[in-house]
Amino acid sequence: MTRSKTPKPDKRNGSISRRAALKGLGAVAGGTAALGLAPGFVRYIQVSAAEPIKIGFQAHRTGIGAAYGRWYERTTNAAVKLINEAGGIAGRPIELITEDDGTDPKRGAEVVEKFASQHQVDITFGTLFSHVVMGSAPRAGELKMPYYVVSEGHHVASGALNRYTFQPGITDVKAQVSSMAPWVAKNLGKKVTMIFPDYAFGYDHRDYFSAAIEKQGGEVVKLLPIPATETSYTKYFPQIPSDTEVLYHVMVGPGVLTFVKEMGEFYGSNRPQIFGFIDSLEAVDMASPGLEFLDGTYFWEAYPRYAQANQSGADKFYRAAVGVDANGASLEDAKDVSTYSHMFGCWETLYIIKEAVEASGYQSATDADKKKLIEATEAMSGWKEGNEHPQGDKTFSGQLHQCFGHQFISKVAGGKLEVVHRTEIADGTYEPETDYTKMAL
Amino acid sequence: MERNRSLALHGGALLILFLLQFVLPPYHYTNFTRIMVLAVYGIGYNILIGYTGLLSLGHAMFLASGMYAAGLAVHYIGVDPVSAFVLGSVAALAFATAVGLVALRTTGVSFMIVTMMFSQACYLLILYFNEVTRGDEGIAISEAARQIAGFSLTNPILRYNLALALFAGALILCYALIRSRVGRVLIAIRENEERVKMLGYHTFRYKLLALALSGLLSGAAGASYALMFGYVGATFAAIEYSIFALLWVLLGGAGTVLGPIIGALLMFYLVEWTSDVTESYRIVVGAALVLLTLFFPKGILGTLREKRLRWLP
Repeated sequence: MTRSKTPKPDKRNGSISRRAALKGLGAVAGGTAALGLAPGFVRYIQVSAAEPIKIGFQAHRTGIGAAYGRWYERTTNAAVKLINEAGGIAGRPIELITEDDGTDPKRGAEVVEKFASQHQVDITFGTLFSHVVMGSAPRAGELKMPYYVVSEGHHVASGALNRYTFQPGITDVKAQVSSMAPWVAKNLGKKVTMIFPDYAFGYDHRDYFSAAIEKQGGEVVKLLPIPATETSYTKYFPQIPSDTEVLYHVMVGPGVLTFVKEMGEFYGSNRPQIFGFIDSLEAVDMASPGLEFLDGTYFWEAYPRYAQANQSGADKFYRAAVGVDANGASLEDAKDVSTYSHMFGCWETLYIIKEAVEASGYQSATDADKKKLIEATEAMSGWKEGNEHPQGDKTFSGQLHQCFGHQFISKVAGGKLEVVHRTEIADGTYEPETDYTKMAL
Repeated sequence: MERNRSLALHGGALLILFLLQFVLPPYHYTNFTRIMVLAVYGIGYNILIGYTGLLSLGHAMFLASGMYAAGLAVHYIGVDPVSAFVLGSVAALAFATAVGLVALRTTGVSFMIVTMMFSQACYLLILYFNEVTRGDEGIAISEAARQIAGFSLTNPILRYNLALALFAGALILCYALIRSRVGRVLIAIRENEERVKMLGYHTFRYKLLALALSGLLSGAAGASYALMFGYVGATFAAIEYSIFALLWVLLGGAGTVLGPIIGALLMFYLVEWTSDVTESYRIVVGAALVLLTLFFPKGILGTLREKRLRWLP
């Protein structure tokens, strides 16, 4: 567990009488007014003397999510620093309390419990891996703990969770996948073979992309689920039908490099169009040996890893604050590649929390104030692109507790990713599957 | 005399667990609830490894079978939690018996490997039938589905006492078993199976009984976890959860009735305390486990029994 340093009230001398406090404050106000410093100084007093707003950050420091977790933590720390420097949330500094959940659903629930009961945080946020969200969210609901996840799973919008769980800072996989289909059908081909991991994450791709490509007049000619334990993929490539126009791949885990290498050996220079999800290569250097075969292929990105020629001011600001260079790697170590298409969600979610707390008039972790916070979050409709939302503007559905945003399609060229298309928000929107606002608080 | 001491110790342990609910702060209150449920899984595992001498590396399959049978029944069919608990326990009992009929034809390392393979197959089946199980992501069971006679299983007091009742039941079952003639045969099998055979016992049947009971308790723990904490997921069928049971039992003391809960408590609080001090807590936990193994080679209670408390069951 780590706790960021924030000013705390001095309790060493026990209670202070009201008279003494008034005297002291009067003297300070008089002195500062005389010096003509009152506005700025009074603001400083309000922020530093205010009780911090405690945010519990559920981090994947260990376990299979550690590579993502490391960058989630850096992004979160950068956003918290900026928010605190700018006066905090409603004049209160953020006290960030980080606990490792080991990327384990049981420990995840324990961490939520610890945040609520031991650290007495106001809000919990930051969970990424779907199974940890699924394991933790029921406990968050029981504890009436506002729980803002950054997971990209469809579990929130599907209605599987509860009224206290939100995903406002990152789009879900259903929206991502659906919005790719029109461009793929128009530019790459309509006969698609899908290679995907043989578990829930892969099935979301299978189901949502299959439906979306059919809407475009295309078809999935072959589904190739790959077991999680697979280490060699050569036996799968001959199963790809010869009339395949587009090979859609979304592989995750340490086998990715082997997968790409073996795909290159199988196809050589005579390959179909290839479209993948960057999840396969988050935290992996695109210039890694063995990835040369990907040159000329396409990837979905939630947020372009490589700074583009038309880079926005917000992206420059965000990269500098988090410590990411133009290639999406750490400023301190060019080989430490970020999870750029996911971690922005932490940054944006923190600003959304700030907005929701300020709009709701939330003061403390009482049921009444939490209710106000939940309702204020549900009342939001979206956010404009800017320093607080560098990935782009978004809409938000209070019914679904889920945001919708732009997606990017990038082409691999010279070991880098160049954006060739940015989708419209409408491309990824879908009919609501639930309405959380009807659930009791 | 020894019997009285032993009864006093185990009864005292249950009394302490009962009284703790009045003093534990909220965070530890829920943790103790969770630990008691998982300790039932440990007790089940202990019957097999500690008393019968069979080392399974795939016990998570029984935990998961109870969890999934109960969880899916509640989630999809709307079965009430009490029936779901019975269903989960019976499903695990049946599954353990079926696995035992095959796996118990092997011994030693082969038994470890066969149980591990069964468990891995079980884990992959959960992933394969993703449409129903939601695979690795799992299923969150709604609070509305977790009600017994109008009382919510999310109520911390009810949950703690149900966990305590479950744990007490498992503890008493284990205690009674090892004091019984059957239990003594199981211990004899652990010590020297060939001699037991020579005495005319059908050891396969006794080992099958031990595995079935072990599966029953593991399944009861899995079903309870699903119903009390509202989550069913493939993680609980993964190899880590087989190893956890092994660790709890070895740490607490294999072949001691209270060993599993001591081990589960120790493991939980080792992670808890060290993670409060350092981000590299796993290294510290690892080092602590090595030291514990060096100084308590038979687990905490096992070593105590060897050196001082000879009467400890």
